[in-house]
Amino acid sequence: MAFDSGLAVLVLGVAVWTIAARDTFAAVVGFVAYGLLLALAWVRLAAPDVALTEAAIGSGVTGGLLIGASTRLRRTETAAAGEEPGPTLRLAAAVLCGLVSAGLAAIVLMLPEPAPTLAPQAAANIAATGLGNPVTAVLMAYRAIDTLLETVVLLLALVGVWSLAPDRVWGGFPGPRHHADPDGVLTFIAQLLVPLGILVGIHIFWVGSVAPGGEFQGATILAAMWILAMMAGLVDAPPVSRRWLRLLLIAGPAVFFAIGLAGFAMAGAFLAYPVEYAKLLIVTIEIPVTLSIAATLALLVAGPPERAPHR
Amino acid sequence: MSEATLYGLCGAVLVGLGLFGLIVHPQPLRKILAFNLIGGGVFLLFGVVARRGAAAGFGGDPVPHALIITGIVVAFAATALAIALLLRLFQETGRATLGSDG
Amino acid sequence: MSLALDALTTLAVSVGAFFFLAGTVGLLRFPDALSRLHALTKADNLGLGLVVLGLLFQVEGPFAALKLISVWLLTLLAGATVTQLIARTARPGGPPV
Repeated sequence: MAFDSGLAVLVLGVAVWTIAARDTFAAVVGFVAYGLLLALAWVRLAAPDVALTEAAIGSGVTGGLLIGASTRLRRTETAAAGEEPGPTLRLAAAVLCGLVSAGLAAIVLMLPEPAPTLAPQAAANIAATGLGNPVTAVLMAYRAIDTLLETVVLLLALVGVWSLAPDRVWGGFPGPRHHADPDGVLTFIAQLLVPLGILVGIHIFWVGSVAPGGEFQGATILAAMWILAMMAGLVDAPPVSRRWLRLLLIAGPAVFFAIGLAGFAMAGAFLAYPVEYAKLLIVTIEIPVTLSIAATLALLVAGPPERAPHR
Repeated sequence: MSEATLYGLCGAVLVGLGLFGLIVHPQPLRKILAFNLIGGGVFLLFGVVARRGAAAGFGGDPVPHALIITGIVVAFAATALAIALLLRLFQETGRATLGSDG
Repeated sequence: MSLALDALTTLAVSVGAFFFLAGTVGLLRFPDALSRLHALTKADNLGLGLVVLGLLFQVEGPFAALKLISVWLLTLLAGATVTQLIARTARPGGPPV
């Protein structure tokens, strides 16, 4: 209890810092720290899968994106500071937000006892899916359509980012070309860490069927390794018009959707699995989905095209 | 007060803090940060509901956990698109605020 | 036996926490970026190393111990790399040509 109180106070303190910091870069650093502390809070709430996702995606990849953006926008800092709202607006906003927080806190304190839960139903049917991790069972079997739509949403966000390219670089290379000293520290760590990271990513994806982990967490680690290799200049980002890249990106959702349609023939409903083949079908879906999501996440961080494609 | 309620109150305060930052900061990048803070608070509230639903040998109800994971991924996708829009706005106009004068 | 192990864990983690404290004080009080990096490396290497050493007495099985040690080694690797990269740009004369 003391640890939880201390952690909650720390999370709130870092959140206040993120809102109140003068410099945007300091606020972004505070946000990354906030995400990591939140991952600790998730572990305390007995949600290790969510903790992994929060640390990887919520704090890691989002933090990388925000640091890049805040560096590029540094020149606009002083101009924007002149548009700060006056004390009246601040006071009104503080009162409004206080009311919102108080309302939510009242709801938390008035949550029904005993708490309604779907855990017994999840536990009763998990044997039919062949999985050992209930969260993966929910993601890939009970609520598989949510996961299918989630992969499509990621793809739509990537299409949105790519569509922001100026005409002259349409379909070109995302992001600037990074050059690193081939004898330098960044190249060294990229050469050392990328194979290791790929191994760890595949392990976390594979072990997600029986232990905390899963495809999203593993895919984020794979994406981070690709981003590291791009930043160290070991590989260049592929031009977004390449066919193999686009096939890689749609492979996951396409296989997911195809197996979903096959569910009509095999078990009578969309995304229904016959019990004997449930685990096999789930793994068949998970492998291309992991690769697609890894590529999508890495390309979302790389950004819209900035260099013209070779023609 | 159980630990779940404590984190629930923390989540409620986070939503309020994020909302304040969203209203008060003129820079869109700070607004995006505050929006992510609101998201974190909402996910914490969900997590409290999941923790209170611990039963059948699980530490928490797995259905809200899956919803939270989906939410975190979708929030990242939205943040990535928002930042790409912001950087493109900066590239085109040289300013990064949504000022009233065009 | 477990009492001795718990005592060792508490001792090692406490000394590790002291190094974290020293590193944080250095981060807040040192005048420029290079000396702050110098303080942070103490927290990274010694602080985390001692915490991991203390936790090694509590694990069951060599596999978990291996995971803990690899966490420490990966943090060392990442910390050393980032320290080098920051120090290159924070040098008083700018990055070396």
